[in-house]
Amino acid sequence: MFKTLIQSVKIATTSLLSNKIQSFLTMLGIVIGVASVIVIMSIGSGVQSLILSEIKNLGTNLIAVIPGHGDDEDPFASMGGFAVTTLTYDDAVALRNKQDVPNVIAVAAYSRGFGTAEWKSETYSTSLTGTTASHIDVMGGELKEGRFFNSEEENRFSRVAVLGNDVRDELFGQSDSVGQKIKVNDYTFDVIGVMEERGVVIMEDYDDQIFIPIKTAQRMMGVNYVGFIRIKVNSEEDIPQTEEDVKAILRERHNINDRSGGKDDFMVKNTAEALDMITEITDSLRYFLAIMAAMSLVVGGIGIMNIMFISVTERTREVGLRKALGAKNFHVLGQFLVEAIFVTLIGGIIGIIFGVAISFFITIGAHLLGYEWDFIISLGSVVLALVVSSGVGLFFGFYPAFKASKLNPIKALRYE
Amino acid sequence: MSLIEVKNLKRTFEDGVKTYALKDTSFVIEKGEFVAIMGPSGSGKSTLMHILGLLDRASGGKFIFNGKDVSKLDDNELASLRNEEIGFVFQSFNLLQRTTVLDNVILPLIYSDNKINAKKRAEEVLESVGLSHRLDHYTNQISGGEKQRVAIARALVNKASVIFADEPTGNLDSKSGAQIMKILQRLNDDGNTIILVTHETYTAECAKRILKMKDGELVSDEKVVNRRKVNVEDVIK
Ligand SMILES: Nc1ncnc2c1ncn2[C@@H]1O[C@H](COP(=O)(O)OP(=O)(O)OP(=O)(O)O)[C@@H](O)[C@H]1O
Ligand SMILES: [Mg+2]
Repeated sequence: MFKTLIQSVKIATTSLLSNKIQSFLTMLGIVIGVASVIVIMSIGSGVQSLILSEIKNLGTNLIAVIPGHGDDEDPFASMGGFAVTTLTYDDAVALRNKQDVPNVIAVAAYSRGFGTAEWKSETYSTSLTGTTASHIDVMGGELKEGRFFNSEEENRFSRVAVLGNDVRDELFGQSDSVGQKIKVNDYTFDVIGVMEERGVVIMEDYDDQIFIPIKTAQRMMGVNYVGFIRIKVNSEEDIPQTEEDVKAILRERHNINDRSGGKDDFMVKNTAEALDMITEITDSLRYFLAIMAAMSLVVGGIGIMNIMFISVTERTREVGLRKALGAKNFHVLGQFLVEAIFVTLIGGIIGIIFGVAISFFITIGAHLLGYEWDFIISLGSVVLALVVSSGVGLFFGFYPAFKASKLNPIKALRYE
Repeated sequence: MSLIEVKNLKRTFEDGVKTYALKDTSFVIEKGEFVAIMGPSGSGKSTLMHILGLLDRASGGKFIFNGKDVSKLDDNELASLRNEEIGFVFQSFNLLQRTTVLDNVILPLIYSDNKINAKKRAEEVLESVGLSHRLDHYTNQISGGEKQRVAIARALVNKASVIFADEPTGNLDSKSGAQIMKILQRLNDDGNTIILVTHETYTAECAKRILKMKDGELVSDEKVVNRRKVNVEDVIK
């Protein structure tokens, strides 16, 4: 058996080498398919690790309260497209009470919109983030110049603005910004600070925002509710208890008697849940794309079938001879199957090498762009690529090989 | 026990028209014989040889090979029997391309259960046909006569009970043909059974017995009275 295998591999090599161009083209299908699977899986893991590490950097001791009612089965249920107006500034203030929420460190409320900022002849449109003075206590962040606003300014509806670094650059260029007056949506603001560059954190560009006191923002937008509330607690272990405390307070404040949560007009989420959710979403996306890429392997497989038919036809006399010399049907079947698997396996290995190389260059590129991108090639995706590609060889090579094995020796010997 | 025993052997082909390629043929061949089958083109020589060589099945009649009723064997058993008991030499050589002389001769051993040293055995038989100096040559690097000697070596490598040769000299010049016949005679002297298909009287007379066929029937079965001993030097002149 082993002898036949060695012989088959030898025969396969000679036959592949004698049809170099066909073999190469056939393999190309497999190479591209396998490389795409590897690259997609790797990019997927990279993006995933990037998002997850950003969330982890923020800390896993964060709780978010968002307005509206949702259930755990369908995290997007609340995104119906309308603004939910059930959370207020006073809710946020109430959650700061150490008596009611013992593990709380800081609470920040947010009310967000868009703003067009003007300074002299420069204008720049960006996100306008109305928040509490406690924003930095909850989400972190450093000031590059000046200072963040304080709670006094927050309560006095002061028109003070802290700029994200990109906003500063766009408006002021080389000029000084702190101490200048700018217009935001036609209201005049004093620039009191500039945030240190921070980049994108969970799909939100912190450098491309203007932070203003939340009450000022509410007045400008003509609303009396807040978009969401973020709570920082002592540590991750305190999250479940704190969530319960938060729910109890908000139900009381919103006159909700149903303790089961069925009537809640708010949702409490924590970072761990967000981590799970993002992992789930990116995972399914990753596998979906990988399956799409694997489909190209089927196309490659049809190429394999084609070249195997050519190979069988070209070697009809050889099959006849081998049978005359005592080869049984399974010897012939095995020989051609080994050949088909051999082509796809080599294609698969080349595909893996290309896939890994491309993934590696993508990683380097991402690092050059300043992303904390991990180079991840999972053993699973390599094994998968190898198994799938040789499976393709086996599947698509079987029919031609089977036909070869059934050849009548005399007819085959007489074949011209 | 006879090596080959056929009784009322028939072979008909049926694709569109019915061809009676072999009609009611009966004869016996013993171990150690050297038989030439002669006859005009289309008389059924190859058809008969394919059945005797277990490559094809008869449509009727009885064929006992080495004591076994061949009609009772399945395709895989026939393949094993071909591998162990039968050697073929074809008119068109039928060697594997892009393969060395040595590997061509080893080929039958790949399909055999014999636990012998394949390489050593192949070298032995190649030496016996005078090709020791060509072991690692590829088949496109040797002459027609040498190719046919490789084919003979391949037929010998599994110590077959019988060697079938269908027009082995048909594609060769007279000198190379004579060399082949000389080797076949020597093999027969060593005890090998040889069955040869030819339409040349000269070649047939190298055998010990001649079966003559016409229109699918055996028309004569005679011993060769003046057996020709091949002398290669004679042929060259
Ligand atoms: N596979 C086949 N299908 C149909 N008819 C066939 C087949 N094989 C052989 N025949 C017919 O059987 C008859 C005998 O053919 P065979 O090949 O045995 O002749 P032969 O004596 O070997 O001739 P040659 O000397 O030309 O080789 C011929 O009429 C041929 O056409
Ligand atoms: Mg013939």
